[in-house]
Amino acid sequence: MTDLATPPAEGIGTRGAASAPSTSGAEVRLDGVSKMFGSGATAVHALDRVSLKAEAGEFVCLIGASGCGKSTLLNLVAGLDRPTAGTVSTAGRTALMFQESALFPWLTVTRNIELALKLQGAGRSQRKARVQELLASVHLDEFGDKRPHELSGGMRQRVALARAFAQDADIVLMDEPFGALDAMTRDLLHDELERLWTERGFTCLFVTHNVREAARLADRVVLLSSRPGRVACEFPNNIPRPRRIDDPTVSAMAAEITLQLRSEVARHA
Amino acid sequence: MPDTTLQIASDTVAAADIDRELAGLDALELAGRERTSFGARTWNAAWPKVLALLSVLLLWQLVAASNWKPNYVLPGPDPVLRQFWDSLTSGEFTRSGLVFTTLRRALLGFSLAVSIGTVIGALMSQVKVLRTGAASLVTGLQTMPSVLWYPMALVLFKLGEGAIMFVVVIGAAPSVANGILAGSDQVPPILMRAGRVLGARRFTLWKEVVLPASLPAFVSGLKQGWAFSWRSLMAGELIGAATGNPGIGGYLDIQRTNLAYTQMYAAMILILLIGIGVDSIFNVAEKSINRRRGLIDAAA
Repeated sequence: MTDLATPPAEGIGTRGAASAPSTSGAEVRLDGVSKMFGSGATAVHALDRVSLKAEAGEFVCLIGASGCGKSTLLNLVAGLDRPTAGTVSTAGRTALMFQESALFPWLTVTRNIELALKLQGAGRSQRKARVQELLASVHLDEFGDKRPHELSGGMRQRVALARAFAQDADIVLMDEPFGALDAMTRDLLHDELERLWTERGFTCLFVTHNVREAARLADRVVLLSSRPGRVACEFPNNIPRPRRIDDPTVSAMAAEITLQLRSEVARHA
Repeated sequence: MPDTTLQIASDTVAAADIDRELAGLDALELAGRERTSFGARTWNAAWPKVLALLSVLLLWQLVAASNWKPNYVLPGPDPVLRQFWDSLTSGEFTRSGLVFTTLRRALLGFSLAVSIGTVIGALMSQVKVLRTGAASLVTGLQTMPSVLWYPMALVLFKLGEGAIMFVVVIGAAPSVANGILAGSDQVPPILMRAGRVLGARRFTLWKEVVLPASLPAFVSGLKQGWAFSWRSLMAGELIGAATGNPGIGGYLDIQRTNLAYTQMYAAMILILLIGIGVDSIFNVAEKSINRRRGLIDAAA
């Protein structure tokens, strides 16, 4: 199922679609996936027969209230955990981004990204050029020598994004990556993420609590119900890109999703 | 896959916009994070210490001048500091390798303690049975005043270097082991996850994540280990466990029996200065590590 290593990009070229590395999206498929934690009476049923498919290059947002097993789902797709039942198949490399940047505080920005390349087995000279190209792609060319604590939260998340791209991932999993940022930074990073996604064409599974964010970013929004997590319904989103968070069409979409989400939540009253 | 052909033109415009907006935001976010100058930082760090030192000297002078004890038993700071300078410059301290012998012992004993402590700590952090069984034992060892190990050391090794090294190692190694243990316990789980997501497995995960993440705790362990080994060594020299050169600790007691109290106090100052000097090397290392990781507020 796994595809063979994507060849690393050559040269440092200017940013833009023409010089983007040749990562292309890969399909993600979950068939009847269930996940239990613990056993017996205290067992927690996190996911219940979830079937979900993300097409290659598709941007899917997963949304749901607490306890819908969103993070569990991402862990399964990332291969950090195994399902209790069902199958998870990914046709390419995956990278995972968290709400915290999870950068290594003892390494500079450059070294953080370089470590990802090193763990992929890239040679030293190859790494240098690639780090520059990756930093440029998230507009942080001048900050390579800074340490994570010297950057703002938004900048750290961009470094984390660059680190995810360093893995030549065909599938980028994001676990509320902008949840801790202020609204202005978040809006900008939406634009940034959309641009990078358009350029690179990776498949994105994006978990969020924020309905507007989902309507702003996704090709398709998947609403999960809670305890246990199940797919409740899906909303295809054909609003033309590039979008803005304040587009009336985006707002209308968000309102529609919110309505469903609330009735899901009300079932637990 | 969404249709992107229609958006190429608007995308390039948007990219430039995002670039400018992000650059603006970055500049605003990072403004006002400059560090204070080296001179100002040195002064800020130095003056409380100078003040504390002057207070101690003043207090000492007052007690000495109060005639609570005769002057030859408790001289004031002035004659002692003069004697200290004299002993330092005249070669009294370095005569027949007094200080060098002590420093050699300290270095050897501390290195031994670090090697043994590191191995024990690493084993305990990796092997679960060892850790549950031995961890409290190791901490318990530290509560034992090191001088109490000497009777046992003398029985086992007789008077000499062996006995001193034994006590230095048994005094300092637990601190080092505990430092390693504390470090590997405190690796933030999110960093372990990040490491695994990036493709690090057992050994690479340990090398790239666990080891660097536990460096601050390891340095703290080293610092504490140094303090313990220095104390153990001084105790050993003082009670005359060394057969050859008495070392600076032995010299202290020799001066006491010779009734050369001013020389005795001068030697105490030297011992204190060596201890503080090495400790401050560890402090500098600790601070710079923590600052680089953003664990110290840059403005503080």
